[in-house]
Amino acid sequence: MASETRDTVRGAQGGSSFSLSDPTVRAVFYQVLVVGIVVAVGWYLIHNTLDNLSRRSIATGFGFLEREASFGIGESLIDYSPRDTYGRAFLVGVLNTLKVSVIGIILATVLGTLVGVARLSSNWLIAKIASTYVEIVRNIPPLLQLFFWYAIVSDSMPPVRQALNPIPGVFLSQRGLFVPVPVADPVWGEMGFALALAVIVAIFVHRWAKTRQARTGLPFPTGLTTLGLVIVFPLIAYIAGGAPTALDVPQLAGFNFRGGSVISPEFFAILTGLTVYTAAFIAEVVRSGIIAVNWGQTEAARALGLNSGRTLRLVVLPQALRVIVPPLTSQYLNLTKNSSLALAIGYPDLVSIANTTLNQTGQAIEGVAMIMGTYLTISLGISIFMNWYNKRIALVER
Amino acid sequence: MTENVHTGSIPDERPPSNTVGPIAWLRNNLFNSWYNALLTILIFYGLARAIPPLLDWLIFHANAIGTTPQECRANGGACWTFVSEKLRFILFGTFPYEQQWRPLVTIAIIIALVLVSCDRRFWKPWLGLAWVLGIAAVAILMWGGVFGLSYVENTLWGGLPLTLMLSVIGLSVAFPASILLALGRRSQLPAIRVVSVTYIELIRGVPLISLLFMASVMFPLFLPTGVNIDKLLRAQIAFIMFAAAYMAEAIRGGLQAIPKGQYEAADALGLNYWQAMRKIILPQALAISIPPLVNTFISFFKDTSLVIIIGLYDLLGTAKAALSDPAWRGFYREAYLFIGVIYWVFCFSMSKYSQKLERDLRRGHRR
Repeated sequence: MASETRDTVRGAQGGSSFSLSDPTVRAVFYQVLVVGIVVAVGWYLIHNTLDNLSRRSIATGFGFLEREASFGIGESLIDYSPRDTYGRAFLVGVLNTLKVSVIGIILATVLGTLVGVARLSSNWLIAKIASTYVEIVRNIPPLLQLFFWYAIVSDSMPPVRQALNPIPGVFLSQRGLFVPVPVADPVWGEMGFALALAVIVAIFVHRWAKTRQARTGLPFPTGLTTLGLVIVFPLIAYIAGGAPTALDVPQLAGFNFRGGSVISPEFFAILTGLTVYTAAFIAEVVRSGIIAVNWGQTEAARALGLNSGRTLRLVVLPQALRVIVPPLTSQYLNLTKNSSLALAIGYPDLVSIANTTLNQTGQAIEGVAMIMGTYLTISLGISIFMNWYNKRIALVER
Repeated sequence: MTENVHTGSIPDERPPSNTVGPIAWLRNNLFNSWYNALLTILIFYGLARAIPPLLDWLIFHANAIGTTPQECRANGGACWTFVSEKLRFILFGTFPYEQQWRPLVTIAIIIALVLVSCDRRFWKPWLGLAWVLGIAAVAILMWGGVFGLSYVENTLWGGLPLTLMLSVIGLSVAFPASILLALGRRSQLPAIRVVSVTYIELIRGVPLISLLFMASVMFPLFLPTGVNIDKLLRAQIAFIMFAAAYMAEAIRGGLQAIPKGQYEAADALGLNYWQAMRKIILPQALAISIPPLVNTFISFFKDTSLVIIIGLYDLLGTAKAALSDPAWRGFYREAYLFIGVIYWVFCFSMSKYSQKLERDLRRGHRR
């Protein structure tokens, strides 16, 4: 009986040169099968695509990026005119996406943290208002919220000719908020240099304060010192450079304002929409992070004589951040990806510009590939940065 | 001695007013420190300023159903005539007017199926059959062409049925695919793992809009010449691809929570890979991943609104189209509030359900 079983097992394993009962053979077989299917499907799609492209006589490749774009873009961080190339137009789009994502991430983090802390407030009213906000905003599609914000802005603002003028030089109209900006001056460069110097000095002060505290136990107000250095150094450079006060004030010219800096209604709508929407999720992340820190930790810190500010900064936050950072990363990624909704309200982000490009040139594959490639790069960049930060604050175990 | 013993009952002492009762509640929850007191007063002031005008607009000053847009504009309050006038267009899109009971029944069938699926007592094999039959009924109702129903092209579909069909069909097709992807990502076989990881990370790294673009401009190029699939189906395929990647990650979380001993026990029983997965690992892993899966459902339901970008008229699309009627231009508050409430009711009940399920499942684990 026993030998019979052994025989069947041996027979199954070594009877023939190819048998699916052999784990190694099976593993190789399945992998070859899956890779084969993937390659076959891929080849089939590529074959069809090339066939279709040659039929419609569309040239493949990224050569179109060198051609003249000949469409205007509402707002841009770099100089751009319709005479520029598609490549430069795309760059404008990428920069606009980065602009709204970066500002959105900062604002959403601030608002989300406030709301998350407010939901845990001992004040019943504040906690209720915060949770109402979270429950309403989380459960409505972001695109609907964007449309709503955009409609509010474009509906409630006066036309350009009757622009509101709350402070001299500041104009509020359907075309956006126009504010005066200082005229570029060589002293800016010196101020930047002074700021860099202040940061270096602050780093040295921080190191010195740390070693001194380790040696003597005496704390040093590093934070206040840094703040002072960062403000005072550039200020000295500014005054030494003659304190230029020239302003580029917006002027009404034809149907729009010229000069100054503008916050367009589209930018305002997409920024508000993304901030309000993502902040609701960040609030939940922050709240769960704070709850995750045992109340005993706070009590122990108070027993050691730390005041409430230091308890939060030195005991609670470092532990809460470990819980907060991974989900926070995915919220940042979501915000960046959701910034592509800008297309629906006409903010010239990279998707909207790539869309115009592929409609004009018919280069669908290249256009979609550029959108996807850029987003993958941005996502990867945020992931790498947040993973680095996460590793820095992670629990160091022995 | 006995005169010291009190006979009869002593009247009940009132509880001290600073520990129980409404005043104590106010003290503990609204005025427990000077800054909370200050904040409470500030917030009450803000609410007193904000809520009366809002209620005024919503209810007291609102225009009754039946007023003309001109009267609405002159009056200033909410114009509910807009919603009642455009109700059937917003809900059913351009579906033939006298046939609109069909999308209505479709909505009812889908909601009924979802509600039944929410009760854990009904998680039996017949539920799968009910879904298949339900989807078939929905397809017959929407397309028609049989049983005396007139044929309706799917370019005429719109509104709430479209939103519900995109999400429900998308999720039910993506679900099995996502299980395979999650298993692939946890597989011992490197080639299968690489294929799964590449797919999941690629899809999760790009916004849904780019996938919808791909569906609308690239899918026609992928197919052999002469073969064409319509826009709705292309969008549905993009949604399925998108949902599968996100659901796979939710299921992977569940798979990772299963202790190694379970795999080893399955091996020791002599089960092969698929038997072990089907009978031992997946039942436990899926139960754990239900709450994150429901969260994926919610975000997916919200994301169906993006089809407006490739020119399909879902609930948001029909509301926007209703707003472009020149006679009714400018009533965007009413329109967005109306569909916002619809979206909110669906998403909020799903999230409450997921929280309840999470509590129930945790109770099951507790000893």
